Amino acid sequence: MKLIWSWPAAFGRFWYRFIVGDDWTVAAAVALALAMTALLNAQSVPAWWLVPVVVVVIVGVSLRRASPAQA
Amino acid sequence: MSTGIGFVLLTTFLASSVEAIEMVTIVVGVGATRGWRATLLGTGSGFLVLAVIVAVFGLALSAIPIGPLRLLVGALLLVFGLQWFRKGIARVAARGLAGMRAGAAEEEKEWTGPGLDWTAFVLAFKGVVLEGLEVAFIVVTFGVGANQLGPAVVGGVGAVALVGGIGAAAHPLVSRIPRSLLQLVVGTLLTTFGTFWAVEGLGVVWPAGDAVILALLVLYSATALVYIGIERSRAFGFSPRRLA
Repeated sequence: MKLIWSWPAAFGRFWYRFIVGDDWTVAAAVALALAMTALLNAQSVPAWWLVPVVVVVIVGVSLRRASPAQA
Repeated sequence: MSTGIGFVLLTTFLASSVEAIEMVTIVVGVGATRGWRATLLGTGSGFLVLAVIVAVFGLALSAIPIGPLRLLVGALLLVFGLQWFRKGIARVAARGLAGMRAGAAEEEKEWTGPGLDWTAFVLAFKGVVLEGLEVAFIVVTFGVGANQLGPAVVGGVGAVALVGGIGAAAHPLVSRIPRSLLQLVVGTLLTTFGTFWAVEGLGVVWPAGDAVILALLVLYSATALVYIGIERSRAFGFSPRRLA
Protein backbone atom coordinates (compact mmCIF):
# COMPACT_ATOMS: atom_id res chain seq x y z
CA MET A 1 0.00 0.00 0.00
CA LYS A 2 2.87 2.29 0.95
CA LEU A 3 4.52 1.61 -2.44
CA ILE A 4 1.31 2.52 -4.30
CA TRP A 5 1.18 5.95 -2.64
CA SER A 6 4.90 6.73 -2.80
CA TRP A 7 4.93 7.63 -6.51
CA PRO A 8 1.90 10.00 -6.47
CA ALA A 9 3.25 11.56 -3.26
CA ALA A 10 6.65 12.18 -4.88
CA PHE A 11 4.90 13.55 -8.00
CA GLY A 12 2.82 15.91 -5.85
CA ARG A 13 5.88 17.02 -3.88
CA PHE A 14 7.73 17.74 -7.12
CA TRP A 15 4.94 20.01 -8.46
CA TYR A 16 4.52 21.69 -5.07
CA ARG A 17 8.25 22.58 -4.93
CA PHE A 18 8.23 23.50 -8.62
CA ILE A 19 5.31 25.95 -8.51
CA VAL A 20 5.02 27.06 -4.87
CA GLY A 21 8.73 26.90 -4.01
CA ASP A 22 10.35 27.67 -0.68
CA ASP A 23 7.79 30.13 0.72
CA TRP A 24 4.23 28.80 0.80
CA THR A 25 2.91 32.03 2.35
CA VAL A 26 3.36 33.83 -0.99
CA ALA A 27 1.14 31.30 -2.78
CA ALA A 28 -1.37 31.42 0.11
CA ALA A 29 -1.50 35.23 -0.04
CA VAL A 30 -2.09 35.13 -3.82
CA ALA A 31 -4.87 32.54 -3.41
CA LEU A 32 -6.50 34.60 -0.65
CA ALA A 33 -6.22 37.80 -2.73
CA LEU A 34 -7.85 36.09 -5.72
CA ALA A 35 -10.65 34.72 -3.54
CA MET A 36 -11.26 38.18 -2.01
CA THR A 37 -11.23 39.73 -5.51
CA ALA A 38 -13.86 37.23 -6.66
CA LEU A 39 -16.02 37.94 -3.60
CA LEU A 40 -15.81 41.73 -3.97
CA ASN A 41 -16.45 41.47 -7.72
CA ALA A 42 -19.58 39.40 -7.02
CA GLN A 43 -20.82 42.26 -4.81
CA SER A 44 -20.08 44.72 -7.69
CA VAL A 45 -17.27 46.36 -5.68
CA PRO A 46 -14.25 47.38 -7.83
CA ALA A 47 -11.46 44.97 -6.79
CA TRP A 48 -8.89 45.07 -9.62
CA TRP A 49 -6.36 46.80 -7.31
CA LEU A 50 -6.32 44.08 -4.63
CA VAL A 51 -3.98 41.50 -6.24
CA PRO A 52 -1.26 44.04 -7.26
CA VAL A 53 -1.29 45.52 -3.72
CA VAL A 54 -1.02 42.05 -2.13
CA VAL A 55 1.83 41.13 -4.53
CA VAL A 56 3.86 44.23 -3.61
CA VAL A 57 3.33 43.68 0.15
CA ILE A 58 3.90 39.90 0.24
CA VAL A 59 7.15 40.12 -1.77
CA GLY A 60 8.50 42.61 0.79
CA VAL A 61 7.43 40.40 3.71
CA SER A 62 8.94 37.28 2.09
CA LEU A 63 12.24 39.03 1.30
CA ARG A 64 12.47 40.39 4.84
CA ARG A 65 11.88 36.92 6.29
CA ALA A 66 14.53 35.37 4.03
CA SER A 67 17.10 38.11 4.64
CA PRO A 68 20.31 36.83 6.35
CA ALA A 69 20.24 39.88 8.63
CA GLN A 70 17.03 38.55 10.16
CA ALA A 71 18.56 35.16 11.04
CA MET B 1 -8.41 38.80 -26.72
CA SER B 2 -4.82 37.76 -27.48
CA THR B 3 -1.67 39.34 -26.10
CA GLY B 4 0.79 40.90 -28.56
CA ILE B 5 3.12 38.51 -30.37
CA GLY B 6 6.13 40.67 -29.43
CA PHE B 7 5.41 40.37 -25.70
CA VAL B 8 4.97 36.59 -26.02
CA LEU B 9 8.21 36.17 -27.99
CA LEU B 10 10.17 38.44 -25.62
CA THR B 11 8.93 36.81 -22.40
CA THR B 12 9.38 33.20 -23.53
CA PHE B 13 12.76 34.05 -25.13
CA LEU B 14 14.07 35.66 -21.93
CA ALA B 15 12.61 32.97 -19.64
CA SER B 16 14.13 30.23 -21.77
CA SER B 17 17.49 32.05 -21.80
CA VAL B 18 17.62 31.95 -17.97
CA GLU B 19 17.30 28.17 -17.84
CA ALA B 20 19.26 27.61 -21.07
CA ILE B 21 22.36 29.18 -19.47
CA GLU B 22 22.34 26.54 -16.72
CA MET B 23 21.43 23.78 -19.20
CA VAL B 24 24.24 24.69 -21.63
CA THR B 25 26.76 25.05 -18.79
CA ILE B 26 25.98 21.48 -17.67
CA VAL B 27 25.94 19.99 -21.20
CA VAL B 28 29.14 21.72 -22.39
CA GLY B 29 30.87 20.93 -19.09
CA VAL B 30 29.98 17.22 -19.33
CA GLY B 31 30.78 17.07 -23.07
CA ALA B 32 34.17 18.76 -22.71
CA THR B 33 35.30 16.47 -19.90
CA ARG B 34 33.65 13.09 -20.63
CA GLY B 35 33.25 13.16 -24.42
CA TRP B 36 30.55 14.39 -26.79
CA ARG B 37 28.85 11.24 -28.14
CA ALA B 38 27.03 10.17 -24.97
CA THR B 39 26.51 13.80 -23.92
CA LEU B 40 24.78 14.70 -27.20
CA LEU B 41 22.68 11.50 -27.06
CA GLY B 42 21.59 12.42 -23.52
CA THR B 43 20.86 16.00 -24.63
CA GLY B 44 18.80 14.82 -27.62
CA SER B 45 16.81 12.38 -25.45
CA GLY B 46 16.16 15.16 -22.93
CA PHE B 47 14.79 17.47 -25.65
CA LEU B 48 12.59 14.65 -26.95
CA VAL B 49 11.03 14.22 -23.48
CA LEU B 50 10.53 18.00 -23.24
CA ALA B 51 8.82 18.12 -26.67
CA VAL B 52 6.36 15.41 -25.54
CA ILE B 53 5.65 17.31 -22.29
CA VAL B 54 4.99 20.57 -24.21
CA ALA B 55 2.67 18.79 -26.68
CA VAL B 56 0.66 16.90 -24.01
CA PHE B 57 0.48 19.82 -21.57
CA GLY B 58 -0.39 22.28 -24.39
CA LEU B 59 -3.19 20.07 -25.76
CA ALA B 60 -4.62 19.50 -22.26
CA LEU B 61 -4.70 23.23 -21.47
CA SER B 62 -6.08 24.16 -24.91
CA ALA B 63 -9.19 22.05 -24.15
CA ILE B 64 -10.21 24.39 -21.26
CA PRO B 65 -12.56 27.36 -22.07
CA ILE B 66 -10.76 30.75 -22.16
CA GLY B 67 -12.29 32.25 -18.94
CA PRO B 68 -11.32 29.47 -16.48
CA LEU B 69 -8.10 28.95 -18.49
CA ARG B 70 -7.01 32.57 -17.92
CA LEU B 71 -7.69 32.19 -14.17
CA LEU B 72 -5.81 28.86 -13.96
CA VAL B 73 -2.87 29.93 -16.12
CA GLY B 74 -2.75 33.41 -14.55
CA ALA B 75 -2.73 32.05 -10.99
CA LEU B 76 -0.02 29.48 -11.87
CA LEU B 77 2.13 32.07 -13.66
CA LEU B 78 1.65 34.55 -10.81
CA VAL B 79 2.74 32.12 -8.08
CA PHE B 80 5.58 30.71 -10.20
CA GLY B 81 6.63 34.18 -11.45
CA LEU B 82 6.75 35.50 -7.89
CA GLN B 83 9.40 32.84 -7.09
CA TRP B 84 11.67 34.22 -9.81
CA PHE B 85 10.74 37.80 -8.90
CA ARG B 86 11.81 37.29 -5.25
CA LYS B 87 14.93 35.28 -6.17
CA GLY B 88 15.87 37.85 -8.84
CA ILE B 89 15.57 40.74 -6.35
CA ALA B 90 17.60 38.87 -3.68
CA ARG B 91 20.31 37.78 -6.15
CA VAL B 92 20.67 41.12 -7.94
CA ALA B 93 20.85 42.82 -4.51
CA ALA B 94 23.54 40.37 -3.36
CA ARG B 95 25.61 39.86 -6.52
CA GLY B 96 24.70 42.68 -8.91
CA LEU B 97 25.12 41.70 -12.57
CA ALA B 98 27.42 38.71 -11.92
CA GLY B 99 26.93 35.63 -14.11
CA MET B 100 26.63 31.99 -13.07
CA ARG B 101 29.27 30.16 -11.07
CA ALA B 102 30.95 27.20 -12.81
CA GLY B 103 28.98 23.97 -12.32
CA ALA B 104 30.05 20.81 -10.50
CA ALA B 105 29.66 18.86 -13.74
CA GLU B 106 33.03 20.17 -14.90
CA GLU B 107 34.74 18.26 -12.11
CA GLU B 108 33.73 14.86 -13.61
CA LYS B 109 36.62 12.65 -14.76
CA GLU B 110 37.23 12.04 -18.50
CA TRP B 111 35.65 8.84 -19.90
CA THR B 112 38.08 6.49 -21.70
CA GLY B 113 36.25 3.13 -21.44
CA PRO B 114 34.48 1.17 -24.22
CA GLY B 115 30.78 1.56 -25.13
CA LEU B 116 28.47 4.41 -24.20
CA ASP B 117 29.40 6.61 -21.25
CA TRP B 118 26.14 6.32 -19.30
CA THR B 119 27.28 8.82 -16.69
CA ALA B 120 27.65 11.52 -19.36
CA PHE B 121 24.33 10.45 -20.91
CA VAL B 122 22.44 10.67 -17.59
CA LEU B 123 24.12 13.95 -16.57
CA ALA B 124 23.25 15.61 -19.89
CA PHE B 125 19.72 14.09 -19.94
CA LYS B 126 18.99 15.21 -16.37
CA GLY B 127 20.41 18.68 -17.03
CA VAL B 128 18.23 19.19 -20.11
CA VAL B 129 15.01 17.75 -18.60
CA LEU B 130 15.23 19.41 -15.19
CA GLU B 131 16.30 22.84 -16.46
CA GLY B 132 14.01 22.55 -19.48
CA LEU B 133 10.93 21.71 -17.42
CA GLU B 134 10.64 25.30 -16.17
CA VAL B 135 11.04 26.53 -19.76
CA ALA B 136 8.33 24.11 -20.93
CA PHE B 137 6.02 25.23 -18.11
CA ILE B 138 6.44 28.93 -18.98
CA VAL B 139 6.23 28.40 -22.76
CA VAL B 140 3.01 26.36 -22.51
CA THR B 141 1.18 28.40 -19.84
CA PHE B 142 2.22 31.74 -21.34
CA GLY B 143 1.56 30.62 -24.91
CA VAL B 144 -1.88 29.16 -24.14
CA GLY B 145 -2.85 32.11 -21.87
CA ALA B 146 -1.90 34.60 -24.60
CA ASN B 147 -3.50 32.41 -27.28
CA GLN B 148 -0.08 32.39 -29.01
CA LEU B 149 1.41 28.93 -28.38
CA GLY B 150 3.32 28.90 -31.72
CA PRO B 151 5.29 32.13 -31.08
CA ALA B 152 5.88 31.02 -27.46
CA VAL B 153 7.50 27.79 -28.68
CA VAL B 154 9.57 29.80 -31.22
CA GLY B 155 10.77 32.11 -28.40
CA GLY B 156 11.72 29.15 -26.20
CA VAL B 157 13.49 27.16 -28.92
CA GLY B 158 15.22 30.31 -30.23
CA ALA B 159 16.69 31.10 -26.82
CA VAL B 160 17.94 27.55 -26.25
CA ALA B 161 19.48 27.51 -29.77
CA LEU B 162 21.16 30.92 -29.27
CA VAL B 163 22.59 30.15 -25.82
CA GLY B 164 23.56 26.66 -27.04
CA GLY B 165 25.37 28.24 -30.03
CA ILE B 166 27.23 30.65 -27.75
CA GLY B 167 28.10 27.75 -25.44
CA ALA B 168 29.42 25.63 -28.31
CA ALA B 169 31.49 28.50 -29.74
CA ALA B 170 32.83 30.00 -26.52
CA HIS B 171 31.83 28.24 -23.31
CA PRO B 172 33.12 30.87 -20.78
CA LEU B 173 30.89 33.52 -22.40
CA VAL B 174 27.74 31.68 -21.20
CA SER B 175 28.75 31.93 -17.55
CA ARG B 176 29.18 35.71 -17.98
CA ILE B 177 25.55 36.33 -19.03
CA PRO B 178 23.94 38.16 -16.07
CA ARG B 179 21.50 35.34 -15.21
CA SER B 180 20.19 36.94 -11.99
CA LEU B 181 19.17 40.09 -13.84
CA LEU B 182 17.50 38.00 -16.58
CA GLN B 183 15.66 36.04 -13.87
CA LEU B 184 14.43 39.29 -12.32
CA VAL B 185 13.25 40.65 -15.71
CA VAL B 186 11.38 37.42 -16.49
CA GLY B 187 9.95 37.24 -12.95
CA THR B 188 8.62 40.78 -13.41
CA LEU B 189 7.05 39.89 -16.78
CA LEU B 190 5.47 36.65 -15.47
CA THR B 191 4.12 38.41 -12.36
CA THR B 192 2.66 41.15 -14.58
CA PHE B 193 0.88 38.80 -17.00
CA GLY B 194 -0.06 36.40 -14.20
CA THR B 195 -1.78 39.24 -12.32
CA PHE B 196 -3.53 40.48 -15.46
CA TRP B 197 -4.84 37.09 -16.61
CA ALA B 198 -5.80 35.76 -13.14
CA VAL B 199 -7.85 38.87 -12.29
CA GLU B 200 -9.38 38.98 -15.79
CA GLY B 201 -10.21 35.27 -15.45
CA LEU B 202 -12.32 36.11 -12.38
CA GLY B 203 -14.47 38.31 -14.59
CA VAL B 204 -13.06 41.60 -13.25
CA VAL B 205 -12.82 44.42 -15.78
CA TRP B 206 -9.44 46.20 -15.66
CA PRO B 207 -9.59 49.98 -15.98
CA ALA B 208 -8.01 50.96 -19.35
CA GLY B 209 -8.18 47.34 -20.60
CA ASP B 210 -4.94 45.88 -22.00
CA ALA B 211 -3.07 49.15 -21.32
CA VAL B 212 -3.03 48.20 -17.64
CA ILE B 213 -0.36 45.58 -18.49
CA LEU B 214 2.12 48.43 -18.96
CA ALA B 215 1.04 50.03 -15.67
CA LEU B 216 1.52 46.71 -13.84
CA LEU B 217 4.94 46.32 -15.45
CA VAL B 218 5.95 49.79 -14.23
CA LEU B 219 4.56 49.09 -10.73
CA TYR B 220 6.40 45.77 -10.35
CA SER B 221 9.64 47.16 -11.85
CA ALA B 222 9.55 50.06 -9.37
CA THR B 223 8.80 47.56 -6.57
CA ALA B 224 11.84 45.50 -7.58
CA LEU B 225 14.11 48.58 -7.60
CA VAL B 226 12.89 49.67 -4.16
CA TYR B 227 13.32 46.18 -2.65
CA ILE B 228 16.80 45.80 -4.22
CA GLY B 229 17.76 49.08 -2.49
CA ILE B 230 16.31 47.88 0.83
CA GLU B 231 18.02 44.45 0.54
CA ARG B 232 21.36 46.05 -0.28
CA SER B 233 21.17 48.48 2.60
CA ARG B 234 20.16 45.61 4.92
CA ALA B 235 22.99 43.36 3.74
CA PHE B 236 25.80 45.86 3.34
CA GLY B 237 24.66 48.60 5.72
CA PHE B 238 24.55 51.27 2.99
CA SER B 239 22.82 54.49 3.91
CA PRO B 240 22.65 57.82 2.09
CA ARG B 241 24.31 59.55 5.06
CA ARG B 242 27.23 57.09 5.08
CA LEU B 243 27.76 57.49 1.32
CA ALA B 244 27.69 61.31 1.49
